[in-house]
Amino acid sequence: MKILVPVKRVVDYNVKVRVKSDGSGVDIANVKMSMNPFDEIGVEEAVRLREKGAATEVIAVSCGVTQCQETLRTAMAIGADRAILVECSDELQPLAVAKLLAALVKKEQPGLIILGKQAIDDDCNQTGQMLAALLERPQATFASKVEVEGDAAKVTREIDGGLETVSVKLPAVITTDLRLNEPRYVTLPNIMKAKKKPLEVFKPADLGVDVTSKIKTLKVAEPPKRGAGIKVSDVATLVDKLKNVAKVI
Amino acid sequence: MSALVIAEHDHGTLKGATLNTVTAALQCGGEVHVLIAGHNAGGAAQAAAAIKGVTKVLHADAASLAEQLAENVAAQVLTIAKEYSHLLFPATAHGKNVAPRVAAKLDVGQISDVIKVDAADTFERPIYAGNAIATVQSSDAIKVMTVRTTGFDAAAATGGSAAVQSLVAVADSGTSSFVGAEIAKNDRPELTAAKIIVSGGRGLASSEKFHEVLEPLADKLGAALGASRAAVDAGYAPNDWQVGQTGKIVAPQLYIACGISGAIQHLAGMKDSKVIVCINKDPEAPIFSVADYGLEADLFVAVPELVKALS
Repeated sequence: MKILVPVKRVVDYNVKVRVKSDGSGVDIANVKMSMNPFDEIGVEEAVRLREKGAATEVIAVSCGVTQCQETLRTAMAIGADRAILVECSDELQPLAVAKLLAALVKKEQPGLIILGKQAIDDDCNQTGQMLAALLERPQATFASKVEVEGDAAKVTREIDGGLETVSVKLPAVITTDLRLNEPRYVTLPNIMKAKKKPLEVFKPADLGVDVTSKIKTLKVAEPPKRGAGIKVSDVATLVDKLKNVAKVI
Repeated sequence: MSALVIAEHDHGTLKGATLNTVTAALQCGGEVHVLIAGHNAGGAAQAAAAIKGVTKVLHADAASLAEQLAENVAAQVLTIAKEYSHLLFPATAHGKNVAPRVAAKLDVGQISDVIKVDAADTFERPIYAGNAIATVQSSDAIKVMTVRTTGFDAAAATGGSAAVQSLVAVADSGTSSFVGAEIAKNDRPELTAAKIIVSGGRGLASSEKFHEVLEPLADKLGAALGASRAAVDAGYAPNDWQVGQTGKIVAPQLYIACGISGAIQHLAGMKDSKVIVCINKDPEAPIFSVADYGLEADLFVAVPELVKALS
């Protein structure tokens, strides 16, 4: 069984982004870029499934600019066997990415597709579910445990109030939550090895996908700032403020 | 133009998030209908019919909808989706699971985590962990959106008298099945609906201390318990208590952060709270920059003192 693992190149999670003064977006020039952390968890899970013998090949995929090749090399350093870049300089929204991935799924016929539950830039949380729908396949989102059993996957999901376990018939789409695993550190020898692994490049047109979107961003603004608070000297003052000024207790 | 709210419910009753979503739907203009897709869900349908502003409730009832599996619920929504200009889901674990499936099958984009309706086609939503707010306009014929409940007041649960119409329920997809669930039972309010939240971070130092120190305060205030990612990663608190960008988004009347440093991902989940209190011994902790009242103190001394002062 092949596993397809889509990965997104995003602003590193440690970077606090700045909104551009003209309101056209956030400034990502000269900012550190990394693999979306949830996708890294997806790559790790796929590689572990291959190491356990549940999968034979792990294929990393990214949709975006040329520099996404670096993200794909990272995925291969974690252990993906090969990579595919769908190169496109236009902004890609989740539905377009899901369509590109669906075209690749038809080509590669993976038994599992493992994606991050959301990207930490647009915070959309859509692509995995959209892909599952386009493929008319089942989904198990927000996974905290994955077990492949024959032609099905048993997945424990993080839901409001606790955990839920579902069984989905393969092929299926899984999206990762934070505590599915802790991705391994990539070692220098594996980074060197990853440079030699195959990386194919397609254009959206090669896959017959129209990537235009009907959702336009009109402007991007700073969120409203909270007014400066005060420091209180002791518990008694705090209780007094909460009771008599803020009136919340 | 009319809007359909896909209700979140436990079959017998409606979940609070549905009411906030109805408010967002009313702001889109036009009539608001509510879909109850469930099993033996007459109670939830009756509750939906009583919401002020709702003019029709559509009720699909079958075993295929008992476990709220995304495949079946999405298919149910799609049976009537094309009759609407707007489909609104609460941005809960369940809403986020189902909405994109519906959008993809309709070949339309989805607008996630809407916090403001500017016009019937223009919405505001946070991006980059809430460090920026994007205003987006959709020219899709059907707007599929998830609604961040903290952005909208709850609609009145009574005062409406909508008709309830039955729908033919969809068959089970046959590709996905429910195995089991572990839902923690406690008497505390639900995190996303609580008026007061007591939240703990790495400063609590152990699972035992987390519960020993914070529970008396939460009991005293009738508060829900929350946690930072660091506390959950360290095993002090269960996963679904995590407040932040990728966990729960909360906006209670009072948020008390104990031993939480205040990473941007955590602030993203709670900075819309009305009043924020932090108790932290590190005066440099970023949490002080968003707190209305900051107490620089050892939480192991200050929290029990606070419990006593409230008695």
